[in-house]
Amino acid sequence: MTSVLPYLVAGWICVIGLYGIVTSRHLIHLALCLTVTQSSTYILLLSIGYVNGGGPPIFKGVKLGTTAVDPVVQSLTLTDIVVSLTVLALILALALDVHDELDTMDPDKIVELQG
Amino acid sequence: MSWALPLPVVLPLLAAALNTALDHVTPRWAHVAVTLAAVTTALVFSVLVLLHSLSAEPLHWFGGWQPRSGIAIGITFAVDPLGAGFAVLACALTLLALLYSIPYIEAATRNYDVLVSALCGACCGLALSGDLFNMFVWLELAGVCGYALTGFDIRNRGALQGAINFAVVNTVGGYFVLIGIALLYARTGALNLAQIGRALAGQQPGGLEIVAMTLIVCGFLCKAAVVPFHFWLADAYAVAPAPVCLIFAGIVTDIGLFGVGRVWFTVFDAPFGAQQRLFGDALLWMGIVTALVGGTMALVQQHLKRLLSFSVVCHIGIMLVGLGLLSSKGVAGAAMMLLGHGVTTGGLFLAAGLLAVREPARWTAALWFAGAVALIGPPYVGVYMGHALIDDAAVELGRHWVQPLIWLAGALAGAAMLRAGAQVFLGLADDYEHGIEEGRGGPLPYLGAIAALLVTLGAAVSVVPGLTQRVVRGADRFRDRAGYADRVLHGIPMKEGAHLPVVVQPTSTASLVYGSAALVFAIALAAFAVHRRDTARARVFEPVTWPLQQLQTGVVGDYVMWVVVGTAVLGGVWALTLR
Repeated sequence: MTSVLPYLVAGWICVIGLYGIVTSRHLIHLALCLTVTQSSTYILLLSIGYVNGGGPPIFKGVKLGTTAVDPVVQSLTLTDIVVSLTVLALILALALDVHDELDTMDPDKIVELQG
Repeated sequence: MSWALPLPVVLPLLAAALNTALDHVTPRWAHVAVTLAAVTTALVFSVLVLLHSLSAEPLHWFGGWQPRSGIAIGITFAVDPLGAGFAVLACALTLLALLYSIPYIEAATRNYDVLVSALCGACCGLALSGDLFNMFVWLELAGVCGYALTGFDIRNRGALQGAINFAVVNTVGGYFVLIGIALLYARTGALNLAQIGRALAGQQPGGLEIVAMTLIVCGFLCKAAVVPFHFWLADAYAVAPAPVCLIFAGIVTDIGLFGVGRVWFTVFDAPFGAQQRLFGDALLWMGIVTALVGGTMALVQQHLKRLLSFSVVCHIGIMLVGLGLLSSKGVAGAAMMLLGHGVTTGGLFLAAGLLAVREPARWTAALWFAGAVALIGPPYVGVYMGHALIDDAAVELGRHWVQPLIWLAGALAGAAMLRAGAQVFLGLADDYEHGIEEGRGGPLPYLGAIAALLVTLGAAVSVVPGLTQRVVRGADRFRDRAGYADRVLHGIPMKEGAHLPVVVQPTSTASLVYGSAALVFAIALAAFAVHRRDTARARVFEPVTWPLQQLQTGVVGDYVMWVVVGTAVLGGVWALTLR
């Protein structure tokens, strides 16, 4: 909890990722924009758990009472990475199928159902 | 009993893991047997947990990490009757979907069983969990399984579109939930629902709580497909295989509403409880708009499963109205609606699947019409009890205008189904796309029996003696934040409630009138639409739905823009009013 800067960075990355998703014309670009949005959650989580002067949260052989950063947010970040990687892999696999079946990568051109 | 709590989650997940590990070793029938055995056992244990939860609050602290003096470090499953009932519904519908799939999806690879059982486990996990981050993980797991199952027919162009739209919109929603959770953790240092609620109680709420609530609620509403987050649903459910649609319509959509209810009644009720109408009315209005949009869009659909998808949107809206009333009767009405609608709509999806096996017959038509009537809800049929409870809750709050609007919405969706039934099943017109899936088959009596079982059960939920009273009692406990925190954090047992009667709940006269009128209106509208097909389309339906259809572009970027706009508007409204 040092300054407001990491939170502003997280907010900015989230917004540019969303902008990329909304305007994307290429499915792989779209999947990567989703990853950009997701990175904002890492920065947010890690800055929430940061303690000024804190060491890594490994307590073996460390004096009792040593300041450490919050280990909970780090495990949340790890879980987040695992979950989001699955989604990313799935969307990329679907994008490949779209390319094979329809010979396009443009989300506007795969529309079969509308209205 | 505590040891049995995780089993409805663990068993399907173990079966999924086992089937993946032994992918090339065991034959297909062994995979099916393992999956069926796991889901059946999970169903048995979820029923046991439900029965136990009626008189106690079963808790399971993973790894034995019990809370000390109200501080929870471990992760818990904390089960109330509504959560356990949701898990029972999830296991039961998954079991029926698997039984239907065995002959129906010939090309069902092993991955299909794996995905379906993991989806079942994830839905049970979300219903039973007492930990906010844990809920997020189950939400995402259910999402991933859902995306993969939607895109199961990768040779189908619509399936790819549906799966990508489903995946991207819900993933963005998932990140919103995660950001909200991170903000709540920053404020309270807790992830346990009860403990977050305790930490926020009695504090002056600030901007951070409002932002966190907006993001979490909107993230869950993406999954629930509430307007303006609903666009992906019709693209996805129209193309998923029929038995998968049963699971989607019956449970997967509803976990979003369940999540909203859970986080409000355990967490956000604490800081915003004094201004709860501002929260509830936002949900109420979104629910009414969702119900009416779903109902009108259903009327102009020419694709059978897409029509049913909009009927799902319509009923999700009605459930959100019940939830938004925030009273026990409102929540219980939403729960009864969830049960009746989920089971009946699932049966209708399976009936639509029957068309892939052979030409429509008289009895499939009867099945379809019975389901449509059960979804309209004339007195004591199908979703009627859910409607009646929501009516009562709205009248208690003095909001009489809610009743005609939600009955109208349900009748519009019902009229769409009756019209489609007349045109497709009775052959009165042939300009309907059946939405028939290719490459499907199976013995008709077997598949038909499963569909008929679901429609019958769905039509009968309103007359199960004693069920309504128990659901209302369950809703009482679902809403009881202080009692929930006492039981979870301090292990204080709940007080013994009064004995409940085992009778069919009588309803108000207004609901009887509205229910009958809704049925008559739906039949009349359907008859008009069938006999004056061109006039009805060109003069009546399309002028109303034209702008809505223009918004339903099928392009994922547009849908995500609506998610962002919806979240920003809702957050703005709450930021201005919740002070």
